[in-house]
Amino acid sequence: MTSASSPTPSVVDISGVTKTFDVPGHGTMTALEGINLTIGRGEFVSLIGPSGCGKSTLLRLIGDLTDPTAGTVAVNGKPAPQARVDRDYGIVFQAPVLFDWRNVEENVRLPLELARIDKAAREARVTEMLELVELTDFRRHHPYQLSGGMQQRVSIARALSFEPALLLMDEPFGALDEMTRERMNSEVLGIWAQTGITVVFVTHSIPEAVFLSSRVAVMSPRPGRISRLVNIDLPRPRTVETRESRRYFELVTEVREALRGHEGGGEGITGGEAGLDDAALERMAAEGGIG
Amino acid sequence: MLGFIGLIFLLWEGVKVIGGDPWRIGDTVIWMPPFDFPMASDINLPHVWSIAFALAEPWRRSADTSLFLFLVGKALYTWREASIGFGLGAFIGIALAAAFVHSQLLERAFVPYVVASQTIPIVALAPIIIFFVGNDILAVVVVATYLTFFPVTIAMLRGLRSPDPRAMELMRSYAADKRTIFWKLRMPASVPYLFTALKIAATASIVGAIVGEGPGGIQEGLGRAILDFNQTYITGPEKLWAAILVTALLGILFYLLVRMAELWWLRDRAPDVLT
Repeated sequence: MTSASSPTPSVVDISGVTKTFDVPGHGTMTALEGINLTIGRGEFVSLIGPSGCGKSTLLRLIGDLTDPTAGTVAVNGKPAPQARVDRDYGIVFQAPVLFDWRNVEENVRLPLELARIDKAAREARVTEMLELVELTDFRRHHPYQLSGGMQQRVSIARALSFEPALLLMDEPFGALDEMTRERMNSEVLGIWAQTGITVVFVTHSIPEAVFLSSRVAVMSPRPGRISRLVNIDLPRPRTVETRESRRYFELVTEVREALRGHEGGGEGITGGEAGLDDAALERMAAEGGIG
Repeated sequence: MLGFIGLIFLLWEGVKVIGGDPWRIGDTVIWMPPFDFPMASDINLPHVWSIAFALAEPWRRSADTSLFLFLVGKALYTWREASIGFGLGAFIGIALAAAFVHSQLLERAFVPYVVASQTIPIVALAPIIIFFVGNDILAVVVVATYLTFFPVTIAMLRGLRSPDPRAMELMRSYAADKRTIFWKLRMPASVPYLFTALKIAATASIVGAIVGEGPGGIQEGLGRAILDFNQTYITGPEKLWAAILVTALLGILFYLLVRMAELWWLRDRAPDVLT
């Protein structure tokens, strides 16, 4: 599922993208405006911003789960719809979205079944993925028997099972407690290092974005824009010590100030939340995007 | 369950203690109720044990099968009609829901008629169905089907729509087509809804079969037995009560059968799905 066929300088190429929604009672709402972003192979890019800044919408545009109003989105050098049909990306949502009639290994196997991978290769991949997320002992468990963190690991294994070039993660650890979240962060970094996959990661959490990313795209609301790209030059591998290093704190502060920058402009973080939040925008996007 | 049966028994015989006919053993009166309620007389409300004894005795003079076995035979016949109707109705219901979930046009055009079909009382519709289909077991099956397909259609429509929008997006991200989404996501997600409807349909299909047997002229089922014992009520009230008892048992057993299938089918799902 790699794109060696075409000479692609980047995995994600977003150029001049604008997204507007028609909201009953609100008129036309601009969720994203003038977005340009290029993500190279093997990068880990976080999208961070207040509610309503359109970061989830941007992720969904990359995954062709919604259409841009203007501009182009390319994945692996192809238009986003073609990349989706070619199964060039895996996606992880905030909720694990596991099928409760399938056990752990059957859930991980689902995309392989849909891609008509033959059975032997399928089973090998499932075993490999379960080892990667350390759930081998739970392969016959059903989703309701697992903790939230374990469920999310199944969801990650499922997204990676067909070896996509790109992993899209939409606040994947937003529902987990702080301890679990930090452990999951380290696990994701391990997987990222092991597989060399490109990751686009949406989050609310500044420490999470800084700890994980090679670059952080700071977004501002109404209309959603990328206001700043912060290069995260922390050494790898990143460990518990990374979270305690001086450079880490400097970068967290830098991102925080970049986020706070919008407050002075009158349309602050809280101002952005006064209207519609991301979830509402996503729902509208879902209605507009599918069907 | 046992407590409930005990309660019915106490209420039943309690009414007879207060206002029934004199209680006798042989010719001796052992209890004279203080009041006289017409509805609690031995004709209108036989003693529970009279019904039990009647079940053990031949179903009519000179017959060599007991009333119980006679009624069980009838019940099996009725159950066969009902279960064919139940199966057909379930199939039609699932097929209609599958069509509606994929076509707004079909849904808008036909769901009102599906709902309207159920506003016609089955006792009024049964003779017309028999008029069209003929005096045949098929007519009874059609009536049972008619009562089954409706709850299944409505519940399946909800069940097929029940997947989380995120799950639909996940399937979209895998470039799954409508057929794949139907079989891998919509259908499995709708199974709990289906069983809820099938439990209702199980008892409804038996009602349909019994109601259809009367005008359908079917001799072998419980419906005929109920009509016959109703006509001879004065000479043997226990027999009609016994027939009603067996009918109720048939409905409960069919329900339990579906419930067991549900427990087995959904054995791996979260326990709260099964309540």
